[in-house]
This record gives sequence, structure tokens and C-alpha cells, in this order.
Amino acid sequence: MGEWRTGLRDGVGIALGYFTISIAFGLAAVRSGLTPLVATVISFTNLSSSGQFAGVTILAEAGSLAELALTVLLINLRYVLMAFSLSQRLAPGIGTGRRLLMGYGVTDEIYALALGRRVVTAPYYLGLMVLPVLGWTAGTLAGAVLGQVLPPSLQSAMGVLLYAMFVAIVVPPARSSGPVLAVVALAGSVSVLLAALPLAVAPGWRLIVATCVAAALGATLFPVGDADRPAGARP
Amino acid sequence: MTAVPLGAAIAVMWAVTYLPRTLPLVLFRREITNRWVRSFLHYVPYAVLTALTLPAIFAATTSWVSAGAGLVVAVVLAWRRRSLLTVALAAAVAVWLVEAALAGL
Repeated sequence: MGEWRTGLRDGVGIALGYFTISIAFGLAAVRSGLTPLVATVISFTNLSSSGQFAGVTILAEAGSLAELALTVLLINLRYVLMAFSLSQRLAPGIGTGRRLLMGYGVTDEIYALALGRRVVTAPYYLGLMVLPVLGWTAGTLAGAVLGQVLPPSLQSAMGVLLYAMFVAIVVPPARSSGPVLAVVALAGSVSVLLAALPLAVAPGWRLIVATCVAAALGATLFPVGDADRPAGARP
Repeated sequence: MTAVPLGAAIAVMWAVTYLPRTLPLVLFRREITNRWVRSFLHYVPYAVLTALTLPAIFAATTSWVSAGAGLVVAVVLAWRRRSLLTVALAAAVAVWLVEAALAGL
């Protein structure tokens, strides 16, 4: 019971952030021609910011189903790595049913917070998921229904929220750890370089290449010992 | 507008989001003993979040100047270990102020 409640409480900050950011998604989805109901269903079933944004963009440009599947899959491939890394922290004895449910909650922020714990129990993780799911879904609905009254200048300012959250998660550990700082600098450089080169690398591939190059170099140059294992990305 | 049935589009988006994050949890239960692989997975979240942010953040607002201001504010506040919500909201305020200033020029 204690674990579930701790999880619930730890999820409050993420839920508030998600609520604000998903307002931006609701706005974008309705402007692409989707109804508030469809936008809300997408948010509830997907629970992923960048994948959804990309998916709705492709829908708006009348892309094919294959194009939609490939792009969203590419952007979401990072979840494979996160789920692998999360699987290493799970408490022993968590069955398949619970794992199927816990997988739904692997997002950048929930994952980062969960990794702040040495061992992740099912009640903690499921508690941690509840409010962010509600916040993300409710914010989308709010954005889709009420968002049109926002002046364009505010809509633009909302666009930065998601990325500012990522910054808030990455910078503190990069400040405390030289290796993390090096990995962050490399990932950012590779990503910017791939975007600047006239190669037309799809954003999903860019993400995967930058991540793998930076993490591989980090693992080779600065292997993590058992002592500093719990250095999670807790904001 | 959309060229594909919405139901199919939603189902596809769900599948390519849910499966990548769930299959590793369900199919993979051993502890990884390889130190390199463990280290790699340790660094992945920092690398992913950075690559997601750069350079995409510069296209997230109406002008790269305002986005840059938001990024600087976010980095400075995060460096001072302010909370997630403080960092996000302060960055949004910075974007709004810079765009208001640009519009006034």
C-alpha cells in the first residue's frame, strides 16, 4: 500500500506537466482536422508526446498507413531501450499481466522518475502511472475543446514546454557527472549535425543514431560500476 | 485531411507505441551481467532526451530566437536544480516575452 501511494504522489509533478503539454497536443490535433474525441482517444491509447505529434502531422498531410506506422515506430524505438533498462530494475516476481500493464506507462518522464529508485516494484510503478495518464488525456481534451480561445502568441510559448521538461530532467545529472555530461554533449552534437547535413535523415533515425552513438561511447569510455548504478535520472 | 480510416490510424499508432515499450518488459527477465550493455542502458535516457530536444526545440515556437531564449532559461534553471514545472513554465514565459518584444520592434 505504501509503495502505491508513494508512486501516486511522485506522479503529481509529471501529471501537471503532461496536462499543460497535452493542451498543446489537443490544439495541434484539432487544427489538423481531428475532432476532440479522436484527439483524446489518441492521447489515452498512445501516451507519448513526440510519437503522437508526428502521427498527427502525417495524418494531416494525408500520409499512408505504412508511412504513419514507420515514422511513429521509429520515434518510439527508444522505448525499447528504456523498457530493457527498466526491466533491469524491476522487483523479482512481477508476472506477465502486470508487465503488460506497466509497459503502457513507459514514457520518457515516468521512466526517468522510476529509475530514481534502486528497485522498482509493481505497486510503485502502477501508482506512478495513474495521474500522468489522467493528466495527459484530460489536457488533450481541454486543449482540443477550449484551446481555440488561446491567442497565437500563447500557443507558441506552449510549444517549448515539452522540451524544457526534457532539459529539466537531463541537466541536473549532467551537472553532477562528467560522463553523463559528455554523453549529453555528444548526443546533442550528433543530432544537430545529422539535422544540418543535407542527408534528409528522418527524425526517427536521427534520434536512434544520436542515442546509440552517444550511449555506446559513454559505455566504452566510462563503464558504470556497481557502486554508481543507482544514478538515475530523477529530476 | 486524413486519407486513411481514422480507426485504423489510431490502432496502428497504438500498436507501434505499445509494443516497443512492452515486449522487452515481458520477454526479457534475466539480469544483464555484461558491464558494457549495462553502461549503455545507463546512458540511453540522457542521450535520448538530449537528441529529442536538439535541434527540434528551435522549431517548436514561431521563431528560433524565442525558442533559444526558452532553451537558455531552461538550462540555467535546471542547472540550479529547480523543479520540472518551474523550469517548463519559466521557459514558456521566456518564449512569450521574447516574442512579444520581437512583435513590438
